[in-house]
Amino acid sequence: MPIKHPNLQPEPMNGAIPAWHGKIAAGDLQPICQGVRDGGGRLLALWGSDWRVTQHGFVLHTLLVNEAGLVCLNLPLAEDHPVYPDISHIFPQANRMQRAAYDLLGIYAHEGGDHRKWLRHGAWHSGSFPLRKDFDAAQSRSDELDAYPFVHVEGTGVHEIPVGPVHAGIIEPGHFRFSVVGEKMLRLEQRLGYTHKGIEKRFESMTLQQGAKLAGRVSGDSSVAYAWAYAMAAEGIAGITPPARALWLRALFLERERVANHLGDLGYLGSDVALSFGFAQFWILKEQMLRNNAALFGHRYLMDRIIPGGVTADLSAEGRRMIEEECAMLEREVRLLRGIYDDHAGVQDRFIGAGRIEPKLAAQLGLCGLAGRASAQAWDARVQFPCAPYDRLDVQMATYRNGDVAARVIVRFDELLESLRLQREILVNLTGGDELAMPLEKLPGNGFGVGMVEGWRGEVMVAVHSNAQGNLARVHPHDPSWQNWPVLEHAVLDNIVPDFPLINKSFNLSYSGQDL
Amino acid sequence: MYQILKQIVKTGIKTEAAPQPDEAMRVEPQRLQQQILDVLGRALAIRHVDAGSCNACQLEIQAVNNAYYNIEGLGIKFVASPRHADILLVTGPVSRHMETALKLTYDATPEPKLVVAIGDCARDGGIFGASYASCGGVASVIPVDVMVSGCPPTPSAILQGILTAISAQK
Repeated sequence: MPIKHPNLQPEPMNGAIPAWHGKIAAGDLQPICQGVRDGGGRLLALWGSDWRVTQHGFVLHTLLVNEAGLVCLNLPLAEDHPVYPDISHIFPQANRMQRAAYDLLGIYAHEGGDHRKWLRHGAWHSGSFPLRKDFDAAQSRSDELDAYPFVHVEGTGVHEIPVGPVHAGIIEPGHFRFSVVGEKMLRLEQRLGYTHKGIEKRFESMTLQQGAKLAGRVSGDSSVAYAWAYAMAAEGIAGITPPARALWLRALFLERERVANHLGDLGYLGSDVALSFGFAQFWILKEQMLRNNAALFGHRYLMDRIIPGGVTADLSAEGRRMIEEECAMLEREVRLLRGIYDDHAGVQDRFIGAGRIEPKLAAQLGLCGLAGRASAQAWDARVQFPCAPYDRLDVQMATYRNGDVAARVIVRFDELLESLRLQREILVNLTGGDELAMPLEKLPGNGFGVGMVEGWRGEVMVAVHSNAQGNLARVHPHDPSWQNWPVLEHAVLDNIVPDFPLINKSFNLSYSGQDL
Repeated sequence: MYQILKQIVKTGIKTEAAPQPDEAMRVEPQRLQQQILDVLGRALAIRHVDAGSCNACQLEIQAVNNAYYNIEGLGIKFVASPRHADILLVTGPVSRHMETALKLTYDATPEPKLVVAIGDCARDGGIFGASYASCGGVASVIPVDVMVSGCPPTPSAILQGILTAISAQK
């Protein structure tokens, strides 16, 4: 059991990763969070749910993680006054999550320093909350303009550069407000929520199977990670374990997703420092891989290949040979291109020292995923909580201390090569049994499950609550971008404006995954 | 430098033949005259607007720039402002929070202009549908000339959609 506290009696949760949940009282939230923080633990996610139809009011769910596992603290909130103690002074990354929980559900962090809206712009009225079960979409519709109080920097020579929501490249929308002196950035403030499309509400009208498709589209570049985390949560509630072959195939899909994204980003990191050769080369490799995905599994991004209970695509002997050849080709080419990046003075001059996050700041702000590992935050769910088949794969985690763009590039290269090794290992182990999925039509009633998967960007978590009839009562997908977006505001400080695209791309965070 | 040149020579030319226009993708009759199409066909500027997608459609639009599809080789390039654009490429269901930004981008694009909606969500809201936060398809907010289906559509389908938008209607 990962957390000891006299007022917490955690019950173990069924599932592939070690997790517990327990009810707490309002007064215990801050002490427990502080204890976890002092012990080196982190806040993974925070969300709320509406159980007023079953006379249980609102509940705040705070998901903490330390080296022993996950603990979900469930704090019941009064129906007429749903207020809870602020934890953003303990975990700074809680700030935006608490504000989003208010915008969507109307539960409020008492005494928090920052009560500005976050996910709500002007689409629905303040005072109406989409995730409440009695929300009336037509009644709540509003067309007010988004007036958001940015923090202004004043002084001689300071000016603001507003960017977005529509950006100059082929990327997602969001607003960045730079305060600069000359070329130097004094402050960056992000305004996200533009792609908020009501994903969490949508889940509540879906069957378990439809939900799997939606989970795979929370953030399209992490489709496999989300679909697996969703399936893991559902399988935990149902108390089933997918067939061994299905688990091996899921890991194969996840590593292929990681390789494809790293290839694409390494290409863009080249073109962002004017080495268009890098974009051309890496995107040839990425395209070859995506074509193999389409030929072998029927989808370039492996969407809908993972379902609750198993997978929908198998690998033939011929397919295995194709992947072996592809891995050998990629290993050869990536090593060659890495040598070119390493030896290129112009590239290294731009990479080294840009957008640095010191390990201490990373720990303080809860930086996670590949960006965290580039700043000495040695967390990787595949290593920390190796669920099958990772328990048999011995993943070598890539870490680095420098925390700059160069470090994030090094971590990407290392993880890419490690993923190629893992794919080969998986192919060797992919034997026996031809069963791809166990039937899982419907969830048992009143269940609660969590799934966590180390996606290419970081840890992707999906929490699923079922109601008395076994339908989806509440689904909360959590993207590592929640943790990492605020850290980007720090990474750019004292850098020059033209380096922002490079620094931003080295993190490559999801807008859709955070906007929901 | 030697390594880079050697690699370029070794890689060779990967570019494949561009797909032919597909009339089935057209949802509005061609509005542009032949003379304009002749000019656009040789130097076309595209502005991409993500109006709320899950980002998978962006991955495929980015792929249209890779060596296999080599959209720039056809004289078509992506530009950084709607003021420079002939075509808007719109992805995603239109979130209510992006509705105004999309309309403003459309208004900022000089005439003659065309709109290509990319992906199932841009067609009718896709899996996200229409809701308190989503307007549904792109056509519910701005006029659409060509629609490319798929979740996400392949790079060839996207290229085909763009080429359809600037071809004469048969």
